[in-house]
Amino acid sequence: MAHVTNVESAIDSTEVIKGRSLWQDARARFFRNKAAVVSLIILILVSLFALFGGMLTPWSNEEIDWNLMGDVRTLGGPSFETKHYFGLDPLGRDLFARVVQGTQISLMIGIVGALISVIVGTLYGATAGFIGGRLDNIMMRIVDILMAIPYMFVLILLLVVFGRSIFMLFVGIGLISWLDMARIARGQTLSIKNKEFVEAAIATGVSTPKIIIRHIVPNLLGVVIVYATLLVPSMIMFESFISFLGLGVQEPLTSWGALINEGAGQMRYGTLWMLGFPLFFFLISLFAFFFFGDGLRDALDPKDR
Amino acid sequence: MNAQSPLLSVRDLKVWFDIRAKGAMPWTAPDKLKAVDGVDFDLMPGETLGIVGESGCGKSTLARAIMRMVPAEAGTVLWLGDDLLSLNKHGMREHRKEMQMIFQDPLASLNPRMTIGQIVAEPLKTHYPDVSKSEVKARVREVLDRVGILPNMINRYPHEFSGGQCQRIGIARALILKPQLIICDEPVSALDVSIQAQVINLLMDIQQEMGLSLIFIAHDLSVVKHISTRVMVLYLGNVVEISEAEQLYRAPGHPYTQALISAVPIPDPKAHAENEVMLLDADLPSPLNPPSGCVFRTRCPLAKPVCAETKPPLTDRGNGQQVACHVI
Repeated sequence: MAHVTNVESAIDSTEVIKGRSLWQDARARFFRNKAAVVSLIILILVSLFALFGGMLTPWSNEEIDWNLMGDVRTLGGPSFETKHYFGLDPLGRDLFARVVQGTQISLMIGIVGALISVIVGTLYGATAGFIGGRLDNIMMRIVDILMAIPYMFVLILLLVVFGRSIFMLFVGIGLISWLDMARIARGQTLSIKNKEFVEAAIATGVSTPKIIIRHIVPNLLGVVIVYATLLVPSMIMFESFISFLGLGVQEPLTSWGALINEGAGQMRYGTLWMLGFPLFFFLISLFAFFFFGDGLRDALDPKDR
Repeated sequence: MNAQSPLLSVRDLKVWFDIRAKGAMPWTAPDKLKAVDGVDFDLMPGETLGIVGESGCGKSTLARAIMRMVPAEAGTVLWLGDDLLSLNKHGMREHRKEMQMIFQDPLASLNPRMTIGQIVAEPLKTHYPDVSKSEVKARVREVLDRVGILPNMINRYPHEFSGGQCQRIGIARALILKPQLIICDEPVSALDVSIQAQVINLLMDIQQEMGLSLIFIAHDLSVVKHISTRVMVLYLGNVVEISEAEQLYRAPGHPYTQALISAVPIPDPKAHAENEVMLLDADLPSPLNPPSGCVFRTRCPLAKPVCAETKPPLTDRGNGQQVACHVI
C-alpha cells in the first residue's frame, strides 16, 4: 500500500478527477457507427425543416395561389420562378408549406407517442416488476387485456364517435403505445431487482419509490431508449395509416399520411410531385429512425453484439 | 460470557420459503424449504461473530432475515432490547442506520449509473435529508479517505475501479452512518488472496477504531479464524456449534466441525500430505426434506439410533464452546 500512496500523491490530490459514466462510453461507441451518425444528421435536418422551413417560402400553408389554381396540372409543378419549390397541391396551395406542416404534425405524433410510452410504460413496468407478487399479477393482466382489444377498431370507433380531432388521435395513441414498453420494463426490472446494489439500498432503508426512480429506472433506460426510438417510426406509420384512411388529422391540418393520400389520389393526372415530396420525407425519416435506433442499441448494450 | 448485555440476540429464528411444485394447483399447500430452522445466538458489542458452513446452509438467509430483507417464519431478533421482527416499517427504518451490510460481489453491489460519491452519500441522505450539501461532501470524503480511496475520485463510476477498490467503496457506504453492526456477507470471496488480506485488515482496523460489531459470513475457514472472536457453524439451517475461534480450531467439538477443520489446506506441502482429511459420505440432504432428529446424522460417522429421534440441543461444553450433538 505504501508505494501506491506515494505514486498517487504525486498527482495533485486536491483536484477532483472526472469520471467516465456509462453514458459517455455509449456516446463514444455511437459516434463510431457511421450509419447511425448519418441518420442522426438526417433527423436533425428533418427537424430543422419542420421548425424553420416555413421561413424559407413566402407562401403560407393556407393561401391559395389564384394565378395558378386554374391549371395546377401544367403550371403547378415545382419551380423557383413561382417560388413554389415543391409545386402546388390539388387545391392550389403551396406544397412546400404543406409538407412543413405535415412534418411538424407527424413528428409530434411520433414523439408524443414515444414519450407517453417511455414515461407511463417504464414506471408502470418497473413498479409491477419491483413490487411483484399479486400487484404484479394484477397490473400485467390489465396490460394483457388492453392488448387483446383490437386497437385499430377501437381507435376508429373513438374517432367516429367523438369526432375526428388530433386530440382524439393522441388519446388513441397514448392508450396503446405504452403496453409493450410496460412489458419490456417489467422484464428488465425482474433481472435488476435481484442485483446486490438494490439489496444494499433496501438494507439501508431507502423507500420503494426512491429505489425505483434512483436504482431501477436509470438501469432500464438503455433498453427503454432504444425501444422508444424504434417506436417513433411505428407511431408515425400508425398515424399515417389512419390519416390515409381519412380518419386522422383533418383539414386544414395535415400530416405525411394525409399528404401521401392526397398525392396518391392525383397520381393518374401526372402530378407526381404531390406524392413524391411527402413520400420522400416520410421514407428518409423512417429509415433514419430505424438506423438511429439500431445504432443506439449497439452503443447502449455492447454485450448483445 | 461476560456480564455485558448483548447488542443483538437471536432466538429460535426460522426462515422458511414456500416452494411450489411445478404444475401444482394454486390451492395445494406449497412445500416448505427450511433455509434457517431455529437459530439462537448472541452478539456482544465490539465482537466479531464468524458464520461458516457449506453453500446452501442458510448463512446468507440468516443475515438477510436479521436485516428483515427476507420475512422470518418465527423467532425473535432482539436489537438493544427491541424486537426487530415485530417493528413496523417506520420503526425498522430507524434501526437500519445502526446496522449496515457489505455484499459478496463488489461491483454488483454498486449502482453502475451513479458516481461513487453519490453511492456513498446515499445512506446519509436517506436518513438525514436535512444535512447540507457541503457537509455531505465532507463526510463522504472523510469516509472514503478512511477506507483508502482517494477522495478526489468521488466523481468516478464503479466500473472504473478494481474489485478490491469497489469493496472498499462498499465498506465506505456501510460506515458513513457510523453503525454499531456491520453484516459482511462473504465480503472477500470474490477477491484474490492479497486483496482479501487488505480488505480484512481494513475491516479489523475500522472495527477497533469505531468499536463495531461484525457478523462475518464466509466459507473460507482461515479467513474466519483470522477475523473472528467467536465462530458459529451452520449445517442445513441449524447451528451445530458455537465457540471461541481459537477453541474451535484447536479442538472442534461437533463431528461436522471436525470434518470442516480437517479439510482446511495447510500452507506446507509435507504437512498437508500427512494431514488426514475426514471425508463425509453422501451429499447435503435437501432442505425441503431434512432428516429427522439431528440433521447431520445421515453423514455423521458417529451416528446412533437416538440421533434419528430427537434433535440435539446446543449444550455448553466449557471454554465457551457450545455443541449440538448427542454423542460427543
